[in-house]
Amino acid sequence: MMSEHANKASAFIRDEGRTDWHDQALWFVRKKRDIQTKKVDEWETLREIASGIKANVLANLDTYLLQFEENALKNGAQVHWAKDAAEHNEIILNILRSKGVKKMVKSKSMLTEECHLNPYLIENGIEVVDTDLGERIVQLRNEPPSHIVLPAIHLKKEDVGETFYQYLHSEKGASDPKYLTEVARKHLREKFLAADAALTGVNFAVADTGGFTVCTNEGNADLGAHLAPIHIASMGIEKLIPKQEHLGVFLRMLARNATGQPITSFSSHFIKPREGQELHVVIVDNKRSEQLGRADFRKSLYCIRCGACLNTCPVYRRSGGHSYSYIIPGPIGSILSPGVDLKKHSAMPFASTLCGSCSDVCPVKIDIHHQLYKWRQIVAEQGDFPAVKKISMKMMGFLFAHPSLYRITGKMGRVAVKIMPRFLLYSKLNAWGIKREVPQAPPQSFREWYLSQEKYKHK
Amino acid sequence: MKVGLFIPCYIDQFYPQVGIATLQLLEKLGCDVGFPTNQTCCGQPMGNSGCEKDSAKTAQLFVENFKDYDYIVGPTASCVGYVKEHYNIIEQTVAVSHVRRHIYDLSEFLLDVLKIEKLDVSFPYKVGLHQSCHGLREMRLGASSELNVTYFSKQRQLLEMVNGLEFIELDRTDECCGFGGTFCVSEEAVSAKMGKDRVADHQRNGAQVITGGDVSCLMHLEGVIRRQGTGIKVLHLAEIFNGATI
Ligand code: SF4
Repeated sequence: MMSEHANKASAFIRDEGRTDWHDQALWFVRKKRDIQTKKVDEWETLREIASGIKANVLANLDTYLLQFEENALKNGAQVHWAKDAAEHNEIILNILRSKGVKKMVKSKSMLTEECHLNPYLIENGIEVVDTDLGERIVQLRNEPPSHIVLPAIHLKKEDVGETFYQYLHSEKGASDPKYLTEVARKHLREKFLAADAALTGVNFAVADTGGFTVCTNEGNADLGAHLAPIHIASMGIEKLIPKQEHLGVFLRMLARNATGQPITSFSSHFIKPREGQELHVVIVDNKRSEQLGRADFRKSLYCIRCGACLNTCPVYRRSGGHSYSYIIPGPIGSILSPGVDLKKHSAMPFASTLCGSCSDVCPVKIDIHHQLYKWRQIVAEQGDFPAVKKISMKMMGFLFAHPSLYRITGKMGRVAVKIMPRFLLYSKLNAWGIKREVPQAPPQSFREWYLSQEKYKHK
Repeated sequence: MKVGLFIPCYIDQFYPQVGIATLQLLEKLGCDVGFPTNQTCCGQPMGNSGCEKDSAKTAQLFVENFKDYDYIVGPTASCVGYVKEHYNIIEQTVAVSHVRRHIYDLSEFLLDVLKIEKLDVSFPYKVGLHQSCHGLREMRLGASSELNVTYFSKQRQLLEMVNGLEFIELDRTDECCGFGGTFCVSEEAVSAKMGKDRVADHQRNGAQVITGGDVSCLMHLEGVIRRQGTGIKVLHLAEIFNGATI
C-alpha cells in the first residue's frame, strides 16, 4: 500500500536522467550554500542568536503584533487582520474593488499560494500576474511552485522555451537563457506598467518601526510597489522580529543559506506609503496560532523560508516538489502541513528517512526531523494510518518483547530466505526486492553461534 | 569493566559475523564482555513507524537485559541512538537511566572510553566510509557537513589507525543512503534510488570496500551492489578493526 507521495515520487524517478538532473541542480545550490556559510566564522553563533530571537517573538507574539500595528498605523499604513485564507482573500479583493483595480502584479509570496489567492482573484475578474520569473513560468503552465525559493527548479531551460513559445510567442525551440530572460523581461515590463496595484510578501516585519523588508533577486517587488498606486503586503503572524537591529542577523543568513549568495540582490525596506500611494498590510493567522499552541511543533514557526531544508533533503531532491501534498514541500512543509490538516497530510511525516540533514542546515535551528518523528506518533493515533500497519507494529512489538518467539520467527525468516524460490522471494509483495537483493541468510544467528562456543558456555 | 554486548535483531539474524567481530575485538582490547542471550531488539522499528507505544515492552526487556553492565556497546549507531534518545517512553527508573547513560556505539566506545590510539591490523584496500545519519546527526560521531564546526569523524580517525588502508574521499561526504527503516519499503523508489546514488559515489571515487558503523545502511547498500553485480565489498568497521580480509 503506497502513499500518494510514494506513488508520485516513483513516477518522478521513472525518468532517471531527469531525477539526476534535479538532484544535481539542488545539490549545486547546497554546495554553494556550504561555501558561503563557512566563510562566516560566527555562523553557528548567528544560528543560535536567530533561533533565540524567534523564540522570543513567539513567546510574546501578541505584544509584538500590537506594537507593529501601532507603529505601522503611525506610519500611515493600513493594517488588516485575517483569521484564515478566506478572510485574507476577501480583504484583498475588497481593497482592489474599492479602488476599481483590474490588474495586479504580485511578487513571490508563499502565503498567497497557501491561501490560493490567485485563482480567487481571477475568478473575481482581476488579472493577477506573478512577476518573479520562476513564479511567472509556473503560473503560465498552470502549475503550483515546486520549491519555496526556486519555484521552477523542476523545469529545464527547454521546458521554459516551450512554455514561452506557447504563451508569449517567443521563437519555437529557443532555449538560450539570455534570450528567454529578455522575452520574460519585455513581457513583465508591460505588466508592471499596466498594473493598478502591487502585492508583495513580507520577509521580516519589524515591531519597533512598523516597517517591513522584502527580499528578492530580481527587484520585481520594488518595481511593482514603486510603480503602482496601491501596495498590499501579505504576512503571516510569525514574520515579526522585535527590532530593526535584528534584521542584520537574518539578512546575513537568509540568502547565504538559501542560494549561497552573501545577501539577496534586493532587500527593500518599506516603512510608509509614498505621497498619494496606499499601503496595506494584511496580517494572517490561518492556523498558525493553533500550531503555536502545540508545544512540540511551535518551533516550526521560526521558519524564515530560506528553502535550505529542501535543497539538502535527499528525498525532496529525488521526488520533486509536486510529490508533496502541501503547497510548502520538503521537510518544513512536512512538519507544517499535519497541523493544517492531519488527515490530508498524513503521509508527509513519513516521506523522510529522518536523516536529520534538514535540522543541521536550518538557520533558525528548527528540530525538523524530531518533529517529523513526533508527527508520526500522532498520525498513527489520529491520522490516516493504514490498519494493516498498525496491526503489524503491534505484532512486532509483541514479538520483540518475547525472546523465544523472536528466535523462532528469526529462524523461520532465515530459512525462508534460503529455501524460497527466487520468483516467490522477489514477488511484488516484497518491495525491498524490486531493486535490491535481500541479505543472504547465514546458517546460524549470532546467538546460536555464541551458544555453540565452548568458551562462552560458562557465561 | 563489564561490557554488555548489544547485538541488534538484524545483525543477530543476518550479519552474525559483525557480532562476532565486535565481540572478538572488544575481548582483544581487554574488556570482560557478556552477551545477554535474551535480548531481541531496541524497539526502533515500531517507534519510527509512529507506534512507539508498541515498543515500550521491548524497551523494558532491553533494560532488564543490560541493567547490570558498566557499559553497553553495540556495533550500530542507529539502535544505540534509539535507546539513548527515545527511551523516555518508559518510566525513568534508576536502571533505565543507567542504561541510557552508559550505552555506546562501538566507535565512540573505542575512542572515548577505551581511548585506544592504535589498532594492530592491516587492511591494504581503498575504503570509502558511509557515515550513517543517525551516527552523525544523533550520536554526533562526526561533524556533519551542514555545520560550520571543526571537522572530525570518530570513524575516520579509527580507520586511519589501520595499516595500509587507503581512505577514499567521496563527492558527498555524508549523504543519506536512503535506508530509513520502514522507509526502505514504503518509499521503495526513492530509497532504492538513494542507495544506488550512494554506491555510485563510492564507485566513482575508486572504493574497493564500503564500510560504516551501521549495519542497516550497509545491508541496504549491499543489496544494491549485489543486484548490480558491481563487486564492491561491504564490511562493517568492526570487521576491519578485527582483522578481516577480502
Ligand atoms: S525550516 Fe529552516 S531550513 Fe527550512 S526553509 Fe525554514 S528556515 Fe529554511
